[in-house]
Amino acid sequence: MGKFELVVNTEKQIVEATPDTPLLWVLRDKLKLTGTKYGCGIAQCGACTVHVDGVPMRSCMLPISAVSGSVTTIEGLADGGNLHPLQTAWIDHDVPQCGYCQSGQIMSAAALLANNSTPTDIDIDEALAGNYCRCGTYIRIRAAVHSAATYYRADEQTEPHTTDINNGGAS
Amino acid sequence: MTKNKLNRRNFLKASAVVGGGIMLEFNLASMTHAEELGTLVGSKELNVFVQIASDGKITIYSATPEMGQGVKTTLPMIIAEEMGAKWADVEVIDAPLDAGKFGMQGAGGSTSIPRNFDTMRKMGASAREMLIGAASESMEVERKDLEAKDSTVIHISGESLTFGQLAALAVKQPVPDPEMLSFKDPRSYTIIGTTVGGVDNLVIATGQSQFGIDVDVPGMQYASYTRCPRIGGTAISFNEAEIVKLPGVSQAFILAPDESAGIASMSFLEGLAALRGGVAIVGDDTWSVMNAKSKLKVRWNESAASHDDWEQMVLQAQQIADKGDGEVTLDGANVDQAMANSNHKTLESFYQFPYVAHVCMEPMNCTVHYKKGSGRQPDTMELWIPSQFPGQVKEIAENMLGVKKENVKVNPTRMGGGFGRRAVHDFASEAMAISYRAGVPVKLTWTRTDDIHNDFFRVGGFQNMKAAIDDNGKLAAWNQHYIGFAKEGKPVIGSGLRGNEFSMVALDNARVSQTMMPVQTPCGAWRAPGSNTNAFVEQSFLHELSVLAGRDHVDFLLELMGSRRWIKEGNVNALNTGRAIDVIKRAAEESGWGRPMPKGTGLGFAFYFCHAAHVAEVAEVSVDENRNLKVHKVTVAVDVGPIINMSGATSQVQGSVIDGLSTMAMQQITMQDGIIQQDNFDTYPVMRIAATPEVNVHFIQSDNRPTGLGEPALPPLAPAVTNAIFAATGTRVRSMPLSEQGFTLV
Repeated sequence: MGKFELVVNTEKQIVEATPDTPLLWVLRDKLKLTGTKYGCGIAQCGACTVHVDGVPMRSCMLPISAVSGSVTTIEGLADGGNLHPLQTAWIDHDVPQCGYCQSGQIMSAAALLANNSTPTDIDIDEALAGNYCRCGTYIRIRAAVHSAATYYRADEQTEPHTTDINNGGAS
Repeated sequence: MTKNKLNRRNFLKASAVVGGGIMLEFNLASMTHAEELGTLVGSKELNVFVQIASDGKITIYSATPEMGQGVKTTLPMIIAEEMGAKWADVEVIDAPLDAGKFGMQGAGGSTSIPRNFDTMRKMGASAREMLIGAASESMEVERKDLEAKDSTVIHISGESLTFGQLAALAVKQPVPDPEMLSFKDPRSYTIIGTTVGGVDNLVIATGQSQFGIDVDVPGMQYASYTRCPRIGGTAISFNEAEIVKLPGVSQAFILAPDESAGIASMSFLEGLAALRGGVAIVGDDTWSVMNAKSKLKVRWNESAASHDDWEQMVLQAQQIADKGDGEVTLDGANVDQAMANSNHKTLESFYQFPYVAHVCMEPMNCTVHYKKGSGRQPDTMELWIPSQFPGQVKEIAENMLGVKKENVKVNPTRMGGGFGRRAVHDFASEAMAISYRAGVPVKLTWTRTDDIHNDFFRVGGFQNMKAAIDDNGKLAAWNQHYIGFAKEGKPVIGSGLRGNEFSMVALDNARVSQTMMPVQTPCGAWRAPGSNTNAFVEQSFLHELSVLAGRDHVDFLLELMGSRRWIKEGNVNALNTGRAIDVIKRAAEESGWGRPMPKGTGLGFAFYFCHAAHVAEVAEVSVDENRNLKVHKVTVAVDVGPIINMSGATSQVQGSVIDGLSTMAMQQITMQDGIIQQDNFDTYPVMRIAATPEVNVHFIQSDNRPTGLGEPALPPLAPAVTNAIFAATGTRVRSMPLSEQGFTLV
């Protein structure tokens, strides 16, 4: 057992854990931040994706002893009362089915948009390549990321999102 | 199945709520009989609450488990529509599990819509009539001059009162007779048939949604459980001294189904909830017990363990097919004669499909607090469980641990996927037994490997297909030999052909026979059981026959359908050839069927009927010289009657197509001497986003009863893709998954 100091969603936390405990289980069991999900434990499915200093990481294989940066989870993505553009787009496009993988999808997409506000389908496919969706919501995920990118570009006035159901529109 | 007599006087109770609102408690018998609709049906009575607060807020309870199929949004939409509510005024909250109030709270077999549609409409209509009664009294006008819409009751004069203003008076109105209720003209719908987002989208997108795996109970410990890798083995001993010394571990013990510790053997529910022998580890957090699990050294008793072996099964099935037909279950008049006719062309093809796993994204889990009684206090239990049929776990508690059903409280949670896996409750049995033995509340979380190794798999199987084409290019005979799997002489779920399969209801001169091989590996319902493999075989073989006949595939299918009729007269859940013809033509038209395709590309067609749904799909693919397969576009035409939620329905169809593609392309469970060979997503992959095709969905909203969409769009996908591969390459795929045939989905 050791004591580890870390910053999660801008708050300083001190947790007691064995050094090999993956960040995932520290977040879920010790800090009760259960929005980050367990899916496979071998960094294959992406349900556990969080940001460490803005970089998307699979928290299921990241030992707590190796975490030195600032951690952001799905619970910390919104800016106070303002939803992240991706969260708004996710609701607008009615993306979730079961919803379990969606935190990880949104966190991977958020890291993409932070560096690329005009992503192509290929950019999205690459950024989200590590995230499984067993329900098959990929079509709406792509559409929502594109919409979020338009919301993200603060300098641009954009039209309301599409309502073409085959491209995942819903309101 | 119990059918409760409808007691009209008890049909609806109204009472005031704090703040001057109204609460309507409905008590309705289920109006539909769903036997034809699927395998997981058990409809009984159903009650639901609607509340209207004096501030106008409308609360509708959702009583059907949500696993991603969208019922938590769809069913309340129906109530809101008939009430004349404005959807923006509605808040949907989860109903507690309470069979006395809500009846059967389960989800499976794509039955939630057909089973509940009339009931939901009656609830909405009753509320509307009481609100109109209140307005009539308040305005001193005749009921016939009043209309409920946009959460308001409006008089023809233009005078109006809001639902909130009427709530306190509505509670005192007489309860309408359910048989006298009338429903809105669908042309006046403002909610049904529109595009509505899921009611839980905000909590999901912000990480606040609580799945079973997220449950946290005061004083809770965490548990892992390890079963024998060779299915059916039990634990004899383990390195206990070493395990309990590991950090964060508080106790570790063996569970055996037949041990004398009060845990009774469970053979009821056909073993679907049976406790498998193994080693439980209890500790301070999930990682500690998973870490300790990886250090377990267990001595297993494998005397009754499985020796199932997929390679042996394949060899055996081929030998069975070579010997001829199996036990005949359906026989047409002139099958042998037509097959022997020298003017006929004949074809024989052997098809194969593997066992597959459910891999719900949320691994199996259950939280249980068992409390030993003392003195006159009985034993009690509280559970938190993501389940398709959460009420069933009460029976497990009573049968296994002797806790009376009335002393078991079940808290259903949202499910991170179901697909049929959460219709069985082995993981709940384990969590109950662990809490019972450990003496503390525990959350049992399965690892992904537990989840894959201990699934109730979609059964694999084989079909040997024979048919004859006459000199006019028409189908003259059909001989289908199903080589599947049985336990104790009974075919497992999804193995064999049901009487409502397309092949049997639509073809004359058809023979169906079966041979069942014994299997010990657990099998269960997997999204569209039976249909998901039968569609692949039958619709691929029909394409083979159209090629043999030199006919266009769509023309060939339309000819088989013949005149427009219900195949089983008077059964609205049966195949209707007119509805089939319409979806076939629509899919052909929308996909540009028949257009010339460049070399290496192709269109493939498939139709299937199941769950009362008629679905046709066209896949557009390209295949390169290295067998890299790209599915560019899938066009789907669906008739499930009127659509309740366009967004949810479209999402179910698109998800079914992607699920079907993922499964056929790369998924396979194999057993070797009783041991499952796949361990995690590295050896059992799921399709990733880059392979996603465009999926265009077209609904034919026929004037039939609305039926469910969680499953029926999946079965036609596989044959549409294999038929397209044939069109692109001339290669016929008769065995799944595609990865085993050298294809890589890109």
